[in-house]
Amino acid sequence: MTLLTVENLRVTFDTEAGLVEAVRGVSFALGRERLGIVGESGSGKTMTGRAVLRLIRPPGRIEADRMVFDGEDLMTADDAAMRALRGHRIAMVMQDPKYSLNPVMKVGAQLTEGLRQRDRIPKAEAQAKAIEALNAVQIRDPERVMEAYPHELSGGMGQRVMIAMMLIPNPDLLIADEPTSALDVTVQAEVLSILDALVRDRGMGLIFISHDLRLVARFCDRVLVMYRGKVVEELAAKDLMQAKHPYTKGLLNCLPRIGGAREPLPALNRSADWAL
Amino acid sequence: MTTLTAWLRDPNPMSRIQARLGQSYLSWLRLRRNPLTMLGLAISVALLMIALFAPILAPHDPIAQNLAERFIRPFSAGHWLGTDEFGRDILSRILYGSRITLYIVALVILTAPVAGLIIGTVAGYFGGWVDQVLMRITDIFLAFPKLILALALVAVLGPGMVNAVLAIALTSWPPYARVARAETLTVRNSDYIAAVRLQGAGRARIIWGHIMPMCLPSVVIRVTLDMAGVILTAAGLGFLGLGVQPPLPEWGLMISAGRKYLFEQWWVATMPGLAIFIVSLGFNLLGDGLRDVLDPKSASK
Amino acid sequence: MALIEIENLTVHFRAKGHLVRAVEEVSLAVDARESYGLVGESGSGKSTILRAICGLAPVTGGTIRIAGETIPEPRDRAFAARVQMVFQDPYGSLHPRHTVDRALSEPLAIHGIGDTDRRMQEALTDVGLPSAFRFRYPHQLSGGQRQRVAIARALMLKPEILLLDEPTSALDASVQAETLNLLNRLRAERGLTFLMVSHDLAVIDHMCDRVLVMQHGRAVEELTRGDLAGARMKTAYARSLFDASADRML
Repeated sequence: MTLLTVENLRVTFDTEAGLVEAVRGVSFALGRERLGIVGESGSGKTMTGRAVLRLIRPPGRIEADRMVFDGEDLMTADDAAMRALRGHRIAMVMQDPKYSLNPVMKVGAQLTEGLRQRDRIPKAEAQAKAIEALNAVQIRDPERVMEAYPHELSGGMGQRVMIAMMLIPNPDLLIADEPTSALDVTVQAEVLSILDALVRDRGMGLIFISHDLRLVARFCDRVLVMYRGKVVEELAAKDLMQAKHPYTKGLLNCLPRIGGAREPLPALNRSADWAL
Repeated sequence: MTTLTAWLRDPNPMSRIQARLGQSYLSWLRLRRNPLTMLGLAISVALLMIALFAPILAPHDPIAQNLAERFIRPFSAGHWLGTDEFGRDILSRILYGSRITLYIVALVILTAPVAGLIIGTVAGYFGGWVDQVLMRITDIFLAFPKLILALALVAVLGPGMVNAVLAIALTSWPPYARVARAETLTVRNSDYIAAVRLQGAGRARIIWGHIMPMCLPSVVIRVTLDMAGVILTAAGLGFLGLGVQPPLPEWGLMISAGRKYLFEQWWVATMPGLAIFIVSLGFNLLGDGLRDVLDPKSASK
Repeated sequence: MALIEIENLTVHFRAKGHLVRAVEEVSLAVDARESYGLVGESGSGKSTILRAICGLAPVTGGTIRIAGETIPEPRDRAFAARVQMVFQDPYGSLHPRHTVDRALSEPLAIHGIGDTDRRMQEALTDVGLPSAFRFRYPHQLSGGQRQRVAIARALMLKPEILLLDEPTSALDASVQAETLNLLNRLRAERGLTFLMVSHDLAVIDHMCDRVLVMQHGRAVEELTRGDLAGARMKTAYARSLFDASADRML
């Protein structure tokens, strides 16, 4: 079943230097699966994720032939409808929890704020839901974390709290923008297994945005490779090693590997027609 | 003209000067987009021009008295802004007064921010007891209201324009020291300062060549926004008879003199008041615009 | 005799009122022309060791010797000419208001070395930057280009030892490859000794002959390149780190 359909998505910025096209005609369909979007900095992967939530500020502009989430047209939805979607049915996790959590508010208060204000749920019930969410992201002593301020949490803990916060409204789609880039490898593995469980158990759709090709290949079902605002290749993650596009191949080849040869790493020679 | 802009916009400058001018040109383009800033700049430039060409622009001698023409109303022929209690042309006095205003502003700008910048960066970079001593001195100066402290200083030094400038400069450096110190604290632990330390650079070189350029924008913004305050303090001292002495046409002094006639001959005090208002407004608008362009925090993108 | 000898290095400092025990009794020795890696997760103290060597972090205990001599306190110019560092974040390690020209000529000016123009050209060519970039500001350069400038700056004084603090972790994969190739080439050409910090085992494996695994400020295990490729770790922590990086074998 298709959860999200995006057809010919374009994001343009009107700057002093002229029109900058960050995303140039991206199309994809997402079911209840893990879709990876990979690309280097400036490839438009983050903008694609934000555009789905219409989180692009002027002078940025979003255009698309079609952008439909579960039967609801995201292009024509008014601001109130978008607000109702954001956080409720579509959630987003950013790279650095430090900038996404309010530093002067206890974690518990931030977790329950939405429930209490928007859904008018009584305090005790909201608390219970928050603790349940913290348990779901494998935080061992959720009561203590509820009473902590964000700066008292480690990076991995903060990122898990962020994910818990996004999960409380039980969204159908989670957009995760480099959710593990700021984390150590061992913590990264934990966070990924949490996301994985959510897709499997709750049937959530996941858009996983990352610069790390190997990570995405290991974790996702399907991968979109973006280059200069375009999808240059779409393939099943398990076929990544058989990628056809020279850009994808180049990206894979230029990575050093454990036990690899000592010769210079092959450079990625960009060809002008990839961007066409 | 097109070759000049092309030269300025060259992405690969051939010399340091071209690189710096190119950056200034880009800042200018950004500054130019804000109409209020341009208004502020126009007022500031106009003040400069008026001060420069006062003898040509002024229709009358600003000091010569003519008791036969006392209290002529504004908008009369020959005296567009009227005359005061000694029959002096107010327009001419305001035009000449701009020289005094500019002189005071210029002297304060040349002293207070420089002192503040040095004290602030030294305190911030060295830290420890140097920071403690310098910042407690700064606190002492900050603890007094500006005008009161200036009054006390003028009372000790004696009235007069130079002493007024000295008093204003002595009371206005602490905020610059504060700003410079705060900026230094954020910069001193950055990798680029660490890198130059690793190259074996001495403290003087680090502070002068690497830290001060980073503090300069915030101080420049603060100075532009403070210019209005300097003018007002100078006018305040003049108003209280402790700054510029009569018969010099200082704007504060003119308001003070016109105060006695405020109800019958309102223009005597109002016209210099308007001049102070316009010039202060101009500097404030300019400062606001400069902040948008220069502030490293807002201009990072 | 090893070029860099660190014995029982301990680094403690106060931050926000807490005593941070960043490094606890770490010993290592790096031979001349060797490339030695430090690997570990955040907070393991790997970067602090580099900072302690060049005087950016206090040495609370133990000794650091370069070519048999205890390093001077504070570090002097002669030390600066022998040991230089490349930082992680190319956006933070170049002065935002200095052109490339200024950044590269500063070390020469500090050490009273003339012949600026020729050395500058040489340095730019060496790191593969066109000479047209000489008067650009950092914000007119990409991340990879900035890191090249930072490397050129570190080499201006012709040091023997280069301390590399995650030099490519802020760069895109393709730029990382170019930068690693550049570092390897420079090391071969100039006979440099590298002490390199990274959290990426694949990068360390590609660059280094030996690697020290660190955790919570302590040395856990020293591995040779062969140990790493053959997954021959003795400690559980080194093993878990290796397992988490399993996709780096691909």
